[in-house]
Amino acid sequence: MHDVGKSFYGVSVLSNVDIDVHPGEVHAVVGENGAGKSTLMKIASGVYQPDSGSVRIGGEPVLLHNPRAAQAAGVGIIHQEFNLLPERTVAENVFLGREPTRRGLVDRRTMRERTAELLASVGAETVRPTDRVGALGVAQQQVVEIVKALSLDARVLIMDEPTAALADHEVELLYALVRRLQARGIGILYVSHRLAEVFDLSSRITVLKDGRRVVTVDTADATPEALVRHMVGRELASYYPPKASKPGTALVTLAGAGNGRLRPIDLELRSGEVLGVGGLQGSGRSALARALFGAPGFSAGQMTLDGKPVRPRSPRQAVRAGIAYVTEDRKGEGLALSQSVLDNALLASRAATPRWFGGGARTTSVRDLLAAVEVHAAGADQEVRYLSGGNQQKVVLARWLAMKPRVLLFDEPTRGIDVGAKAAIHELIRDLADKGAAVLMISSELPELLGMSDRIVVMRDGALAGELPGDASEEAVLSLATGTPHEVPA
Amino acid sequence: MTVEAPTGPATLGQSRRGRWGAGSILPVVVILALLLIAVGIRQPDFYDPPALLAFLKRAAPLIILAAGQYFVIVAGDFDLSVGSLVTAEVVIAARMIDGDPSATWPVVALVLGFGLLVGLVNGLVTTRLLVPSFITTLGMYLILVGAVYTWTGGSPRGALSEEFRMLGRRGIEGVPWLGEIPYAVLILLVLAALAILAMRSDFGKVLLAVGDNPRAARLAGGRVAGVRTIAFVISGGCAAVAAILLGGFGGVSFQVGAGLEFTAITAVVLGGVVLGGGRGSVVGAMLGALTLQTLLTLLNLLGVAGALASAVQGLIILAAVAIGGLRART
Amino acid sequence: MTTLSETLRRPRIDSTNGVWLALGMTLIIGGILVATDGGSLFGQNSTVSLLQRAAGLGIVAVGQTFAILAGSLDLSVAYVISLTSLIAAETMAGSDGRVLPAILAVVAVSGAIGLVNGLLITKLRINAFIATLGVGLLIKGYLEQGYAGPAGSVPVSFQHLGYDRVGPVPVAFLLFIGVAAVAWLVIKRSRFGHHLIATGGDLDVARLSGVRTDWVLIRTHIVCSLCAGIAGLYLASRLGAGAPRVGAEGGYDLESIAAVVLGGTVLAGGKGGVAGTVGGVLLLAVIDGIFNQLAVDPFFKQVVRGVVIVAAVAIYALRLRRKVVRKAAAA
Repeated sequence: MHDVGKSFYGVSVLSNVDIDVHPGEVHAVVGENGAGKSTLMKIASGVYQPDSGSVRIGGEPVLLHNPRAAQAAGVGIIHQEFNLLPERTVAENVFLGREPTRRGLVDRRTMRERTAELLASVGAETVRPTDRVGALGVAQQQVVEIVKALSLDARVLIMDEPTAALADHEVELLYALVRRLQARGIGILYVSHRLAEVFDLSSRITVLKDGRRVVTVDTADATPEALVRHMVGRELASYYPPKASKPGTALVTLAGAGNGRLRPIDLELRSGEVLGVGGLQGSGRSALARALFGAPGFSAGQMTLDGKPVRPRSPRQAVRAGIAYVTEDRKGEGLALSQSVLDNALLASRAATPRWFGGGARTTSVRDLLAAVEVHAAGADQEVRYLSGGNQQKVVLARWLAMKPRVLLFDEPTRGIDVGAKAAIHELIRDLADKGAAVLMISSELPELLGMSDRIVVMRDGALAGELPGDASEEAVLSLATGTPHEVPA
Repeated sequence: MTVEAPTGPATLGQSRRGRWGAGSILPVVVILALLLIAVGIRQPDFYDPPALLAFLKRAAPLIILAAGQYFVIVAGDFDLSVGSLVTAEVVIAARMIDGDPSATWPVVALVLGFGLLVGLVNGLVTTRLLVPSFITTLGMYLILVGAVYTWTGGSPRGALSEEFRMLGRRGIEGVPWLGEIPYAVLILLVLAALAILAMRSDFGKVLLAVGDNPRAARLAGGRVAGVRTIAFVISGGCAAVAAILLGGFGGVSFQVGAGLEFTAITAVVLGGVVLGGGRGSVVGAMLGALTLQTLLTLLNLLGVAGALASAVQGLIILAAVAIGGLRART
Repeated sequence: MTTLSETLRRPRIDSTNGVWLALGMTLIIGGILVATDGGSLFGQNSTVSLLQRAAGLGIVAVGQTFAILAGSLDLSVAYVISLTSLIAAETMAGSDGRVLPAILAVVAVSGAIGLVNGLLITKLRINAFIATLGVGLLIKGYLEQGYAGPAGSVPVSFQHLGYDRVGPVPVAFLLFIGVAAVAWLVIKRSRFGHHLIATGGDLDVARLSGVRTDWVLIRTHIVCSLCAGIAGLYLASRLGAGAPRVGAEGGYDLESIAAVVLGGTVLAGGKGGVAGTVGGVLLLAVIDGIFNQLAVDPFFKQVVRGVVIVAAVAIYALRLRRKVVRKAAAA
């Protein structure tokens, strides 16, 4: 009797989504970025509270005020980022906060034995309870997370992109594990981008789009093509700025360039052009942008800028060579949040080309740039942390515009940004290309990728999976990214 | 160990937090004003220009030390070696000069150079060998104390020349109305101006960004390790200047710098600078030092001799930081 | 995959057992040096004074280990030592019958100071550095106000703690080993110990796993202060009276932190242990002992201490970096 029914009737991010998991079932949830998958999972695991609707476990409505309440109710979640202490052993991590005791001391034997049992029950005997978690591979760490959830007697397990960080052979391990859990009667909500996995594992699939449930189908009745259509099925927005009228000339070339995370890559960035980079998370998209920016740089192959060989070994060298990088992690490594809008916008100028005199003129021009990109703030002296995501991103843009870069690398430039600011940032990116810069833009959002790019390359497993023209279809990008064969519908 | 900075949407409370919370100098200004009023009531002639200048002369070494410490703290580090560095410098100066007036200026240069060198070593060990600055400078503290004792065989030798002591003791005499303008005050003013200019310069702004978010500073093209190292060099240089002044109006002893590292850090924090980096101004740090000195003067005037002074100092610092922290939370 | 896990299962020379290796090498090299100099590092007198010296710092350092493991630190210990030595000596006032009340008073006062430290850090969210520094200043003020010099007196019976020995081993050293053993048990085997290391390792992970991190930190600081109190008792017994400046002059605050870090405990918390701290304390004591035997300038050992501490942490940091680099290359 472990039926789980959940329904939410949220307003903006999620509306009227119903989803249910049966005991022993793998129910896959697919959808593009921003479709509402993570919000849904966070509600199910007690991180967020639904505005409306209810969660039922075994038919009983439950209130999940916080993660602990969800754990107690039998909902376990495995996040994309691990919640583990690398310096502690597997057993210590699994039982953290709930260590069994005997005569006042932690009963390490029981802890080890129960951990070993749990590990054996999921078929992961290669992991030992006494191993230090930090010494384990990513896949094994994932096993530890799963075992930690199981030790709470979870009846429902939510797995959020569980293969995102795994290598191919590790994925097999995870598959086996999921099937075992299934056999034990645990219901699994499986969130993934990768359609191949979804078809391998699930018995039912729910497609989410724009916070709504599009469809729930039996996996046996579904085809990848149909799913992709459901995921994508929207009007291609028409508000993207017009694309480049003529092909540009090569500005940056890569020949066999690679490093620890990238296989040798041949690529050209052309001035006047927006090169879109598609692919799944962890496919090497960000690693490519960062390698071009020297953070860390390429360790093999050739990179030329304007025909001259360059190989930036630090962001500083890249910046001084005229390259700019807008990170996807705006708060973590893009902005100094306690500093003012103006100071953040001036950061690259000051850091890469410090001067003792003439700062006044530079400040004036950056103020003009902030006005030109239309940053809305209480003033240039306001701490940048209080700005909205869109305005923060405009501050970062102003920072780079001040450097007059010839090559701009954007990593998810509109992540977490509202629609209005998004369009403005698209305009700015296109404007830069029109003025002769070479732009590389990484995006997980297919409409954005297709709407903005003059040319698209798709990455998979640290290599280029293929190149597509700017007017390619979303299906074409997805199938290159996921490695599923794609048939052009008649 | 660190207080989490508030995040979240802008609220009405935000502007108040900006003025009163972590990083702001307003609280220390208010405390300083209250203390100055109290001192004025207790001793009305405190505000006669000569008395005021004499007070500033006494405060100058601590203010200079606090300014140096500020650069290190705002970049996210600590410098625990400054107290022992002050002692070492005074002892070195006494032994090298050994009463010979002609040795004065070369030794002044030596003292400054040694301070900068110690700072450079602190900075390089911290940034290149990745030793936490707390440990680096703690090690430097032990090394300097031990080296000075070893070198002198247990008791300071030699004597400072009158020319050397003049810097900390004397001043430009016969200035109308003001009386004597102490050299210490002039040095303080010059260094304070330089510190303020440095923090307004590109270097200062990048230093703040490094303390706030080193990854962002690096991705913007900053030399994070270099900037942090320079901060240690500045701190070492400031300690050297403070040592020259302290050697002037104190005697030569192993106690001259004892505990100054904690006093300087206390002053900086009192001035609204956040341990962990990225927030606070050098003016605040210097005002924090001035406030501590005023507090000590007031306690002295009230007859609370040296004894309870540190207790009151402890109480004030706890209260000031607690209030800052609580405001930041609401 | 297999090669990686195999290398990891081999006994590793990591930061905590590295200090024992260094200790062994120092003992051998130092023993030879001293022997060629005509002395003996392992003679009765030198061993006793070596262990005697280790005891006081060792007990404080064990307490400091708790604080640092939890990601905190305690700068007030030096003044707690002075204060408790006075409380002990004054309460005893030379009378045998008042030893127990004195010990209880020391436990109560040092525990209360630890509680205050913990509350300031967790409830008022004051940085541990400032909070314990401020509390230390408060105690210092009280001491300077109330005492000009040694006060109180300890009965002869209580001085056994400071002077007796079993064979070549001073009782005080046994006390240190006893305290360290209990601490080791607490950290390794109690729930509190597990939660302590989790809190120091990653506050958010600990909290999400249901650990009450505030309560852990408060208890940590109580334990740390209690250890300083025990050291205060020992010093009172050794000196025969309470001394208002014994803690500060001994540099117990920074030296205890140095010993802990030398023992391989990471300053940021979450990694390390008491065994390393004991090794760190012994290493410092042995270096002292060697220099004493060689009649090298007594102050020079201070220089060596500083170099040893910084070098040790630099080596730990470099090893860590290499490991990370190797791991990234393997991935």
